[in-house]
Amino acid sequence: MTWLLLNWPQALQLAWTHVLLSVPAITISVLVAVPLGRLAHRYPRPGGALLSAASLLYAIPSLPLLIIIPVVLGIPLRSSATMVVALSVYGVALLVRSAADAFGAVDARVRLAATAIGFSPWALFWRVELPLATPVLLAGVRVVVVSTVGLATIGALVGIPSLGSLFTDGFQRGIAGEVITGIVATVALALALDGACALTGRALTPWTRSARSEHAGRHTGPVAA
Amino acid sequence: MIEFRSVTKAYPDGTVAVADFTYTVESHRTVVLVGSSGSGKTTLLRMVNRMVDPTSGTVAIDGLDVRDLDKVALRRSIGYVLQAGGLLPHRTVLDNVATVPVLTGTPRRRARTAAWELLERVGLDRSLAGRYPAQLSGGQQQRVGVARALAGDPNILLMDEPFGAVDPIVRGELQVELRRLQAELGKTIVFVTHDIDEAFGLGDEVVVLRRGGEIAQAGTPAQILANPVDDFVRDFVGADRAERVLTTVEVDGRCVVVDRDGRPAGVLAR
Repeated sequence: MTWLLLNWPQALQLAWTHVLLSVPAITISVLVAVPLGRLAHRYPRPGGALLSAASLLYAIPSLPLLIIIPVVLGIPLRSSATMVVALSVYGVALLVRSAADAFGAVDARVRLAATAIGFSPWALFWRVELPLATPVLLAGVRVVVVSTVGLATIGALVGIPSLGSLFTDGFQRGIAGEVITGIVATVALALALDGACALTGRALTPWTRSARSEHAGRHTGPVAA
Repeated sequence: MIEFRSVTKAYPDGTVAVADFTYTVESHRTVVLVGSSGSGKTTLLRMVNRMVDPTSGTVAIDGLDVRDLDKVALRRSIGYVLQAGGLLPHRTVLDNVATVPVLTGTPRRRARTAAWELLERVGLDRSLAGRYPAQLSGGQQQRVGVARALAGDPNILLMDEPFGAVDPIVRGELQVELRRLQAELGKTIVFVTHDIDEAFGLGDEVVVLRRGGEIAQAGTPAQILANPVDDFVRDFVGADRAERVLTTVEVDGRCVVVDRDGRPAGVLAR
Protein backbone atom coordinates (compact mmCIF):
# COMPACT_ATOMS: atom_id res chain seq x y z
CA MET A 1 0.00 0.00 0.00
CA THR A 2 2.79 2.39 0.92
CA TRP A 3 4.49 1.72 -2.39
CA LEU A 4 1.34 2.50 -4.30
CA LEU A 5 0.70 5.70 -2.33
CA LEU A 6 4.16 6.96 -3.19
CA ASN A 7 4.20 5.78 -6.80
CA TRP A 8 0.63 6.01 -8.00
CA PRO A 9 1.40 8.32 -10.96
CA GLN A 10 3.78 5.66 -12.30
CA ALA A 11 1.24 2.85 -11.69
CA LEU A 12 -1.46 4.84 -13.40
CA GLN A 13 0.82 5.59 -16.34
CA LEU A 14 1.62 1.87 -16.71
CA ALA A 15 -2.06 0.92 -16.43
CA TRP A 16 -2.85 3.29 -19.29
CA THR A 17 0.02 1.83 -21.35
CA HIS A 18 -1.43 -1.59 -20.57
CA VAL A 19 -4.84 -0.51 -21.87
CA LEU A 20 -3.20 0.83 -25.04
CA LEU A 21 -1.63 -2.60 -25.63
CA SER A 22 -4.72 -4.66 -24.78
CA VAL A 23 -7.62 -2.80 -26.34
CA PRO A 24 -6.16 -2.52 -29.86
CA ALA A 25 -5.14 -6.20 -29.70
CA ILE A 26 -8.66 -7.24 -28.62
CA THR A 27 -10.20 -5.11 -31.34
CA ILE A 28 -7.93 -6.60 -34.01
CA SER A 29 -8.67 -10.12 -32.73
CA VAL A 30 -12.42 -9.54 -33.10
CA LEU A 31 -12.08 -7.92 -36.53
CA VAL A 32 -9.98 -10.83 -37.81
CA ALA A 33 -11.63 -13.75 -36.02
CA VAL A 34 -15.27 -12.90 -36.78
CA PRO A 35 -14.96 -12.97 -40.59
CA LEU A 36 -12.70 -16.06 -40.37
CA GLY A 37 -15.22 -17.78 -38.12
CA ARG A 38 -18.04 -16.88 -40.49
CA LEU A 39 -16.11 -18.35 -43.43
CA ALA A 40 -15.18 -21.46 -41.45
CA HIS A 41 -18.85 -21.97 -40.67
CA ARG A 42 -19.91 -21.37 -44.28
CA TYR A 43 -17.25 -23.67 -45.80
CA PRO A 44 -16.86 -26.47 -43.24
CA ARG A 45 -14.15 -28.46 -45.05
CA PRO A 46 -11.44 -25.82 -45.46
CA GLY A 47 -12.96 -24.25 -42.37
CA GLY A 48 -12.07 -27.20 -40.17
CA ALA A 49 -8.44 -27.00 -41.25
CA LEU A 50 -8.49 -23.26 -40.66
CA LEU A 51 -9.84 -23.69 -37.15
CA SER A 52 -7.16 -26.27 -36.28
CA ALA A 53 -4.44 -24.04 -37.69
CA ALA A 54 -5.73 -21.03 -35.79
CA SER A 55 -5.90 -22.95 -32.53
CA LEU A 56 -2.29 -24.11 -33.07
CA LEU A 57 -1.18 -20.48 -33.07
CA TYR A 58 -1.95 -20.47 -29.38
CA ALA A 59 0.70 -23.14 -28.88
CA ILE A 60 3.50 -20.82 -30.01
CA PRO A 61 5.50 -19.87 -26.92
CA SER A 62 5.22 -16.17 -26.28
CA LEU A 63 8.86 -15.17 -25.88
CA PRO A 64 9.98 -16.62 -29.24
CA LEU A 65 6.90 -15.02 -30.82
CA LEU A 66 8.00 -11.64 -29.47
CA ILE A 67 11.36 -12.13 -31.19
CA ILE A 68 9.93 -13.46 -34.47
CA ILE A 69 7.36 -10.70 -35.00
CA PRO A 70 9.86 -7.81 -35.20
CA VAL A 71 12.07 -9.85 -37.54
CA VAL A 72 9.19 -10.76 -39.87
CA LEU A 73 7.44 -7.37 -39.85
CA GLY A 74 10.60 -5.27 -39.60
CA ILE A 75 9.46 -3.32 -36.56
CA PRO A 76 11.55 -2.56 -33.46
CA LEU A 77 11.65 -5.35 -30.87
CA ARG A 78 10.70 -3.12 -27.97
CA SER A 79 7.82 -1.31 -29.64
CA SER A 80 4.29 -1.64 -28.44
CA ALA A 81 3.35 -2.63 -32.02
CA THR A 82 5.23 -5.90 -31.48
CA MET A 83 3.18 -6.62 -28.40
CA VAL A 84 -0.10 -5.67 -30.06
CA VAL A 85 0.63 -8.05 -32.95
CA ALA A 86 1.58 -10.89 -30.61
CA LEU A 87 -1.53 -10.40 -28.48
CA SER A 88 -3.67 -10.27 -31.62
CA VAL A 89 -2.25 -13.60 -32.78
CA TYR A 90 -3.23 -15.22 -29.49
CA GLY A 91 -6.57 -13.44 -29.47
CA VAL A 92 -7.44 -14.70 -32.94
CA ALA A 93 -6.36 -18.21 -31.97
CA LEU A 94 -8.71 -18.14 -29.01
CA LEU A 95 -11.63 -16.51 -30.75
CA VAL A 96 -11.90 -18.10 -34.21
CA ARG A 97 -13.50 -21.29 -32.96
CA SER A 98 -16.03 -19.45 -30.78
CA ALA A 99 -16.83 -17.23 -33.74
CA ALA A 100 -17.49 -20.25 -35.96
CA ASP A 101 -19.64 -21.79 -33.20
CA ALA A 102 -21.49 -18.51 -32.76
CA PHE A 103 -22.57 -18.49 -36.40
CA GLY A 104 -23.37 -22.19 -36.15
CA ALA A 105 -25.74 -21.39 -33.29
CA VAL A 106 -27.89 -19.18 -35.52
CA ASP A 107 -31.13 -21.05 -36.24
CA ALA A 108 -31.04 -22.28 -39.85
CA ARG A 109 -34.80 -21.67 -40.14
CA VAL A 110 -34.34 -18.01 -39.27
CA ARG A 111 -31.62 -17.72 -41.91
CA LEU A 112 -33.90 -19.38 -44.46
CA ALA A 113 -36.86 -17.18 -43.57
CA ALA A 114 -34.75 -14.03 -43.77
CA THR A 115 -33.43 -15.03 -47.18
CA ALA A 116 -36.94 -15.87 -48.37
CA ILE A 117 -38.33 -12.45 -47.48
CA GLY A 118 -35.52 -10.68 -49.32
CA PHE A 119 -32.42 -10.11 -47.21
CA SER A 120 -29.39 -9.83 -49.50
CA PRO A 121 -26.37 -11.88 -48.37
CA TRP A 122 -24.78 -8.68 -47.05
CA ALA A 123 -27.90 -7.60 -45.13
CA LEU A 124 -28.31 -11.16 -43.85
CA PHE A 125 -24.84 -11.04 -42.31
CA TRP A 126 -25.11 -7.61 -40.70
CA ARG A 127 -28.73 -7.55 -39.67
CA VAL A 128 -29.52 -11.18 -38.88
CA GLU A 129 -26.50 -13.44 -38.43
CA LEU A 130 -24.21 -11.07 -36.58
CA PRO A 131 -26.81 -9.93 -34.02
CA LEU A 132 -27.98 -13.49 -33.44
CA ALA A 133 -24.39 -14.72 -33.09
CA THR A 134 -23.59 -11.98 -30.58
CA PRO A 135 -24.39 -13.85 -27.33
CA VAL A 136 -22.03 -16.75 -28.12
CA LEU A 137 -19.50 -14.42 -29.73
CA LEU A 138 -19.48 -12.24 -26.68
CA ALA A 139 -18.70 -15.17 -24.38
CA GLY A 140 -15.64 -15.81 -26.57
CA VAL A 141 -14.63 -12.15 -26.58
CA ARG A 142 -14.74 -12.00 -22.80
CA VAL A 143 -12.27 -14.89 -22.59
CA VAL A 144 -10.01 -13.03 -25.03
CA VAL A 145 -10.28 -9.82 -22.99
CA VAL A 146 -9.17 -11.45 -19.77
CA SER A 147 -6.46 -13.51 -21.43
CA THR A 148 -5.08 -10.53 -23.37
CA VAL A 149 -4.84 -8.33 -20.30
CA GLY A 150 -3.00 -11.13 -18.53
CA LEU A 151 -0.67 -11.90 -21.43
CA ALA A 152 0.25 -8.27 -22.02
CA THR A 153 2.39 -8.40 -18.85
CA ILE A 154 4.83 -10.76 -20.62
CA GLY A 155 6.11 -7.82 -22.64
CA ALA A 156 7.90 -6.57 -19.54
CA LEU A 157 10.40 -9.43 -19.98
CA VAL A 158 11.64 -8.01 -23.28
CA GLY A 159 11.25 -4.40 -22.15
CA ILE A 160 7.83 -3.43 -23.50
CA PRO A 161 6.29 -1.49 -20.61
CA SER A 162 2.97 -2.53 -19.07
CA LEU A 163 1.67 -3.32 -15.59
CA GLY A 164 4.00 -6.34 -15.90
CA SER A 165 6.89 -3.94 -15.51
CA LEU A 166 5.84 -3.62 -11.89
CA PHE A 167 6.52 -7.35 -11.31
CA THR A 168 9.88 -7.38 -13.05
CA ASP A 169 11.00 -4.18 -11.41
CA GLY A 170 9.62 -5.22 -8.04
CA PHE A 171 11.37 -8.60 -8.18
CA GLN A 172 14.70 -7.15 -9.22
CA ARG A 173 14.63 -4.52 -6.51
CA GLY A 174 12.93 -6.73 -3.90
CA ILE A 175 9.92 -4.45 -3.41
CA ALA A 176 6.96 -6.70 -2.49
CA GLY A 177 4.48 -3.80 -2.60
CA GLU A 178 5.37 -3.10 -6.22
CA VAL A 179 4.91 -6.75 -7.21
CA ILE A 180 1.55 -6.95 -5.44
CA THR A 181 0.41 -3.70 -7.01
CA GLY A 182 1.26 -5.11 -10.42
CA ILE A 183 -0.76 -8.27 -9.82
CA VAL A 184 -3.75 -6.55 -8.28
CA ALA A 185 -3.84 -3.82 -10.92
CA THR A 186 -3.67 -6.38 -13.76
CA VAL A 187 -6.54 -8.39 -12.31
CA ALA A 188 -8.57 -5.24 -11.66
CA LEU A 189 -8.00 -4.03 -15.22
CA ALA A 190 -9.06 -7.43 -16.62
CA LEU A 191 -12.22 -7.39 -14.52
CA ALA A 192 -13.04 -3.81 -15.51
CA LEU A 193 -12.69 -4.51 -19.25
CA ASP A 194 -14.61 -7.78 -18.88
CA GLY A 195 -17.40 -5.92 -17.08
CA ALA A 196 -17.51 -3.27 -19.78
CA CYS A 197 -17.78 -6.05 -22.34
CA ALA A 198 -20.61 -7.74 -20.47
CA LEU A 199 -22.54 -4.47 -20.18
CA THR A 200 -22.08 -3.71 -23.88
CA GLY A 201 -23.31 -7.21 -24.67
CA ARG A 202 -26.40 -6.72 -22.54
CA ALA A 203 -27.22 -3.50 -24.32
CA LEU A 204 -26.73 -5.14 -27.71
CA THR A 205 -28.94 -8.18 -27.05
CA PRO A 206 -32.15 -6.99 -25.39
CA TRP A 207 -34.16 -9.93 -26.81
CA THR A 208 -32.21 -12.57 -24.88
CA ARG A 209 -33.56 -11.33 -21.56
CA SER A 210 -37.15 -11.92 -22.54
CA ALA A 211 -36.76 -15.16 -24.48
CA ARG A 212 -37.36 -17.32 -21.42
CA SER A 213 -41.03 -16.47 -21.00
CA GLU A 214 -42.37 -18.54 -23.84
CA HIS A 215 -46.06 -18.02 -23.44
CA ALA A 216 -45.91 -14.54 -22.06
CA GLY A 217 -48.42 -13.59 -24.71
CA ARG A 218 -51.09 -14.95 -22.45
CA HIS A 219 -49.91 -12.97 -19.45
CA THR A 220 -51.19 -9.54 -18.74
CA GLY A 221 -47.92 -8.15 -17.36
CA PRO A 222 -46.34 -4.97 -18.64
CA VAL A 223 -44.77 -5.04 -22.07
CA ALA A 224 -41.05 -5.75 -21.95
CA ALA A 225 -38.91 -2.95 -23.31
CA MET B 1 -50.59 -14.99 -62.65
CA ILE B 2 -47.99 -17.62 -61.85
CA GLU B 3 -47.19 -20.20 -64.50
CA PHE B 4 -45.29 -23.38 -63.85
CA ARG B 5 -44.15 -24.64 -67.27
CA SER B 6 -42.92 -28.25 -67.14
CA VAL B 7 -40.70 -27.59 -64.15
CA THR B 8 -38.44 -30.34 -62.88
CA LYS B 9 -36.18 -30.37 -59.88
CA ALA B 10 -33.64 -33.15 -59.63
CA TYR B 11 -30.84 -33.20 -57.07
CA PRO B 12 -27.28 -34.40 -57.78
CA ASP B 13 -27.88 -37.54 -55.68
CA GLY B 14 -30.62 -38.57 -58.09
CA THR B 15 -33.66 -37.59 -56.00
CA VAL B 16 -36.37 -36.07 -58.14
CA ALA B 17 -38.44 -33.69 -56.04
CA VAL B 18 -40.62 -32.47 -58.89
CA ALA B 19 -40.96 -33.97 -62.36
CA ASP B 20 -42.48 -32.08 -65.28
CA PHE B 21 -45.02 -30.02 -63.33
CA THR B 22 -47.26 -27.69 -65.29
CA TYR B 23 -49.93 -25.52 -63.71
CA THR B 24 -51.21 -21.96 -63.92
CA VAL B 25 -52.27 -20.01 -60.86
CA GLU B 26 -54.63 -17.26 -61.99
CA SER B 27 -54.39 -13.83 -60.36
CA HIS B 28 -56.43 -13.15 -57.21
CA ARG B 29 -57.02 -16.86 -56.67
CA THR B 30 -56.02 -19.01 -53.72
CA VAL B 31 -54.46 -22.24 -54.91
CA VAL B 32 -53.58 -24.88 -52.36
CA LEU B 33 -50.93 -27.47 -53.13
CA VAL B 34 -51.67 -30.45 -50.95
CA GLY B 35 -49.75 -33.68 -50.58
CA SER B 36 -47.88 -35.78 -48.08
CA SER B 37 -44.17 -35.31 -47.44
CA GLY B 38 -42.08 -36.02 -50.52
CA SER B 39 -44.76 -34.70 -52.84
CA GLY B 40 -42.56 -31.74 -53.78
CA LYS B 41 -45.10 -29.15 -52.67
CA THR B 42 -42.64 -26.97 -50.77
CA THR B 43 -40.11 -27.23 -53.60
CA LEU B 44 -42.75 -25.96 -56.02
CA LEU B 45 -43.57 -23.05 -53.73
CA ARG B 46 -39.92 -22.08 -53.36
CA MET B 47 -39.47 -22.03 -57.10
CA VAL B 48 -41.74 -18.99 -57.27
CA ASN B 49 -39.40 -16.76 -55.26
CA ARG B 50 -36.25 -18.53 -56.43
CA MET B 51 -35.33 -20.12 -53.15
CA VAL B 52 -35.07 -23.14 -55.44
CA ASP B 53 -34.25 -22.92 -59.14
CA PRO B 54 -35.75 -25.66 -61.32
CA THR B 55 -33.36 -28.00 -63.14
CA SER B 56 -35.50 -27.57 -66.24
CA GLY B 57 -38.66 -25.76 -67.19
CA THR B 58 -39.59 -22.24 -66.16
CA VAL B 59 -41.69 -20.42 -63.62
CA ALA B 60 -43.19 -17.18 -64.89
CA ILE B 61 -44.93 -14.38 -63.01
CA ASP B 62 -47.21 -12.29 -65.24
CA GLY B 63 -45.34 -13.70 -68.23
CA LEU B 64 -41.85 -12.88 -66.94
CA ASP B 65 -39.46 -15.78 -66.36
CA VAL B 66 -38.41 -15.43 -62.71
CA ARG B 67 -34.87 -16.39 -63.68
CA ASP B 68 -34.56 -13.07 -65.50
CA LEU B 69 -35.43 -11.20 -62.31
CA ASP B 70 -33.07 -10.21 -59.53
CA LYS B 71 -33.45 -12.77 -56.73
CA VAL B 72 -33.44 -10.34 -53.85
CA ALA B 73 -35.80 -7.85 -55.48
CA LEU B 74 -38.12 -10.70 -56.48
CA ARG B 75 -38.28 -12.03 -52.91
CA ARG B 76 -39.01 -8.59 -51.51
CA SER B 77 -41.91 -8.25 -53.94
CA ILE B 78 -43.52 -11.51 -52.80
CA GLY B 79 -45.02 -12.12 -49.36
CA TYR B 80 -43.70 -15.27 -47.71
CA VAL B 81 -45.17 -16.90 -44.61
CA LEU B 82 -43.74 -20.01 -43.08
CA GLN B 83 -44.22 -22.17 -40.04
CA ALA B 84 -43.99 -20.27 -36.73
CA GLY B 85 -43.95 -17.15 -38.85
CA GLY B 86 -40.20 -17.44 -39.47
CA LEU B 87 -39.86 -14.30 -37.39
CA LEU B 88 -36.54 -12.67 -36.56
CA PRO B 89 -36.05 -13.46 -32.86
CA HIS B 90 -33.97 -10.33 -32.20
CA ARG B 91 -36.50 -7.86 -33.57
CA THR B 92 -39.66 -6.64 -31.88
CA VAL B 93 -43.05 -7.47 -33.36
CA LEU B 94 -43.29 -4.01 -34.91
CA ASP B 95 -39.83 -4.21 -36.47
CA ASN B 96 -40.50 -7.71 -37.77
CA VAL B 97 -43.57 -6.41 -39.59
CA ALA B 98 -41.63 -3.43 -40.92
CA THR B 99 -38.74 -5.61 -42.16
CA VAL B 100 -39.40 -5.66 -45.90
CA PRO B 101 -40.29 -1.96 -46.31
CA VAL B 102 -37.12 -1.06 -44.38
CA LEU B 103 -35.08 -3.34 -46.65
CA THR B 104 -36.51 -1.64 -49.71
CA GLY B 105 -35.54 1.77 -48.38
CA THR B 106 -38.72 3.08 -46.75
CA PRO B 107 -37.74 5.40 -43.87
CA ARG B 108 -37.98 3.46 -40.62
CA ARG B 109 -40.57 5.79 -39.07
CA ARG B 110 -42.93 5.46 -41.98
CA ALA B 111 -42.48 1.70 -42.12
CA ARG B 112 -43.30 1.47 -38.42
CA THR B 113 -46.41 3.59 -38.78
CA ALA B 114 -47.63 1.30 -41.55
CA ALA B 115 -46.74 -1.72 -39.41
CA TRP B 116 -49.03 -0.48 -36.62
CA GLU B 117 -51.96 -0.57 -38.98
CA LEU B 118 -51.07 -4.03 -40.25
CA LEU B 119 -51.06 -5.39 -36.69
CA GLU B 120 -54.66 -4.34 -36.35
CA ARG B 121 -55.50 -5.71 -39.76
CA VAL B 122 -54.39 -9.22 -38.75
CA GLY B 123 -56.22 -9.01 -35.43
CA LEU B 124 -53.32 -8.31 -33.07
CA ASP B 125 -53.48 -5.97 -30.13
CA ARG B 126 -51.18 -2.96 -30.45
CA SER B 127 -49.81 -3.63 -26.98
CA LEU B 128 -47.86 -6.54 -28.49
CA ALA B 129 -45.85 -4.26 -30.78
CA GLY B 130 -42.88 -3.96 -28.43
CA ARG B 131 -42.59 -7.65 -27.64
CA TYR B 132 -40.11 -10.12 -29.03
CA PRO B 133 -41.37 -13.19 -30.91
CA ALA B 134 -40.44 -15.55 -28.06
CA GLN B 135 -42.93 -13.68 -25.86
CA LEU B 136 -45.86 -14.47 -28.15
CA SER B 137 -48.09 -17.52 -28.40
CA GLY B 138 -47.89 -19.66 -31.53
CA GLY B 139 -51.04 -18.16 -32.98
CA GLN B 140 -49.84 -14.62 -32.36
CA GLN B 141 -46.49 -15.36 -34.00
CA GLN B 142 -48.34 -16.67 -37.01
CA ARG B 143 -50.41 -13.50 -37.28
CA VAL B 144 -47.24 -11.41 -37.10
CA GLY B 145 -45.86 -13.58 -39.90
CA VAL B 146 -48.89 -12.79 -42.05
CA ALA B 147 -48.66 -9.07 -41.24
CA ARG B 148 -44.99 -9.07 -42.23
CA ALA B 149 -45.79 -10.77 -45.52
CA LEU B 150 -48.40 -8.12 -46.27
CA ALA B 151 -46.16 -5.17 -45.34
CA GLY B 152 -44.58 -4.82 -48.76
CA ASP B 153 -48.07 -4.84 -50.32
CA PRO B 154 -47.16 -7.78 -52.58
CA ASN B 155 -49.45 -9.14 -55.28
CA ILE B 156 -48.42 -12.67 -54.42
CA LEU B 157 -48.41 -14.46 -51.08
CA LEU B 158 -46.57 -17.75 -50.65
CA MET B 159 -47.59 -19.71 -47.58
CA ASP B 160 -45.55 -22.75 -46.60
CA GLU B 161 -47.55 -24.84 -44.09
CA PRO B 162 -47.98 -21.66 -42.09
CA PHE B 163 -50.46 -23.04 -39.60
CA GLY B 164 -48.81 -26.42 -39.10
CA ALA B 165 -47.31 -25.68 -35.70
CA VAL B 166 -50.39 -24.37 -33.86
CA ASP B 167 -53.15 -26.29 -32.12
CA PRO B 168 -56.34 -27.14 -34.04
CA ILE B 169 -58.49 -24.43 -32.44
CA VAL B 170 -56.01 -21.67 -33.18
CA ARG B 171 -55.50 -23.10 -36.67
CA GLY B 172 -59.22 -22.81 -37.28
CA GLU B 173 -59.18 -19.17 -36.15
CA LEU B 174 -56.23 -18.39 -38.38
CA GLN B 175 -57.93 -19.99 -41.37
CA VAL B 176 -61.05 -17.89 -40.83
CA GLU B 177 -58.84 -14.82 -40.52
CA LEU B 178 -57.01 -15.62 -43.74
CA ARG B 179 -60.29 -16.04 -45.63
CA ARG B 180 -61.45 -12.66 -44.31
CA LEU B 181 -58.16 -11.00 -45.31
CA GLN B 182 -58.25 -12.58 -48.73
CA ALA B 183 -61.80 -11.36 -49.28
CA GLU B 184 -60.57 -7.83 -48.53
CA LEU B 185 -57.24 -7.94 -50.33
CA GLY B 186 -57.64 -10.34 -53.26
CA LYS B 187 -54.00 -11.45 -53.43
CA THR B 188 -52.74 -14.31 -55.53
CA ILE B 189 -52.03 -16.95 -52.90
CA VAL B 190 -50.14 -20.20 -53.23
CA PHE B 191 -50.64 -22.20 -50.05
CA VAL B 192 -48.91 -25.45 -49.19
CA THR B 193 -50.28 -27.94 -46.67
CA HIS B 194 -50.57 -31.64 -45.96
CA ASP B 195 -53.98 -31.15 -44.34
CA ILE B 196 -56.79 -31.80 -46.83
CA ASP B 197 -59.41 -30.10 -44.65
CA GLU B 198 -57.28 -26.96 -44.59
CA ALA B 199 -56.86 -27.22 -48.36
CA PHE B 200 -60.62 -27.50 -48.92
CA GLY B 201 -61.28 -24.76 -46.40
CA LEU B 202 -58.99 -22.20 -48.01
CA GLY B 203 -58.51 -23.04 -51.68
CA ASP B 204 -60.43 -21.69 -54.63
CA GLU B 205 -58.55 -24.46 -56.36
CA VAL B 206 -56.82 -27.44 -54.85
CA VAL B 207 -54.00 -29.39 -56.45
CA VAL B 208 -53.57 -32.87 -54.98
CA LEU B 209 -49.99 -34.05 -55.47
CA ARG B 210 -48.53 -37.52 -55.63
CA ARG B 211 -44.86 -38.24 -54.94
CA GLY B 212 -42.48 -36.27 -57.13
CA GLY B 213 -44.83 -33.37 -57.77
CA GLU B 214 -47.12 -35.29 -60.08
CA ILE B 215 -50.63 -33.81 -60.17
CA ALA B 216 -53.09 -36.47 -59.08
CA GLN B 217 -56.06 -34.13 -59.49
CA ALA B 218 -56.68 -30.41 -59.68
CA GLY B 219 -59.94 -28.52 -59.41
CA THR B 220 -62.27 -26.81 -57.00
CA PRO B 221 -62.76 -28.59 -53.68
CA ALA B 222 -66.31 -29.46 -54.75
CA GLN B 223 -65.15 -30.99 -58.03
CA ILE B 224 -62.52 -33.08 -56.30
CA LEU B 225 -64.93 -34.30 -53.64
CA ALA B 226 -67.63 -35.04 -56.21
CA ASN B 227 -65.38 -36.95 -58.58
CA PRO B 228 -62.11 -38.19 -57.18
CA VAL B 229 -60.22 -39.45 -60.25
CA ASP B 230 -58.75 -42.53 -58.62
CA ASP B 231 -58.27 -44.41 -55.38
CA PHE B 232 -55.27 -42.32 -54.39
CA VAL B 233 -57.30 -39.10 -54.46
CA ARG B 234 -60.38 -40.76 -53.00
CA ASP B 235 -58.26 -41.98 -50.14
CA PHE B 236 -56.33 -38.74 -49.72
CA VAL B 237 -59.38 -36.49 -49.57
CA GLY B 238 -61.20 -39.03 -47.42
CA ALA B 239 -64.17 -39.15 -49.78
CA ASP B 240 -65.32 -42.27 -48.00
CA ARG B 241 -64.91 -40.83 -44.51
CA ALA B 242 -68.11 -40.98 -42.51
CA GLU B 243 -68.31 -37.19 -42.13
CA ARG B 244 -68.04 -36.66 -45.91
CA VAL B 245 -70.94 -38.95 -46.80
CA LEU B 246 -74.05 -36.97 -45.96
CA THR B 247 -77.72 -37.79 -46.24
CA THR B 248 -80.81 -35.94 -45.10
CA VAL B 249 -83.46 -37.11 -42.71
CA GLU B 250 -86.65 -35.32 -41.86
CA VAL B 251 -87.08 -34.30 -38.23
CA ASP B 252 -90.12 -32.26 -37.16
CA GLY B 253 -90.70 -31.11 -40.71
CA ARG B 254 -87.10 -29.95 -41.28
CA CYS B 255 -84.34 -31.53 -43.35
CA VAL B 256 -81.42 -32.47 -41.07
CA VAL B 257 -78.16 -33.42 -42.77
CA VAL B 258 -76.49 -36.40 -41.13
CA ASP B 259 -73.25 -38.23 -41.87
CA ARG B 260 -72.95 -41.93 -42.44
CA ASP B 261 -72.76 -42.60 -38.72
CA GLY B 262 -76.00 -40.71 -38.25
CA ARG B 263 -74.36 -37.74 -36.53
CA PRO B 264 -76.03 -34.44 -37.49
CA ALA B 265 -73.91 -32.03 -39.51
CA GLY B 266 -76.50 -29.29 -39.89
CA VAL B 267 -79.90 -28.32 -41.15
CA LEU B 268 -80.76 -27.56 -44.78
CA ALA B 269 -81.64 -23.90 -45.18
CA ARG B 270 -85.12 -23.18 -46.44
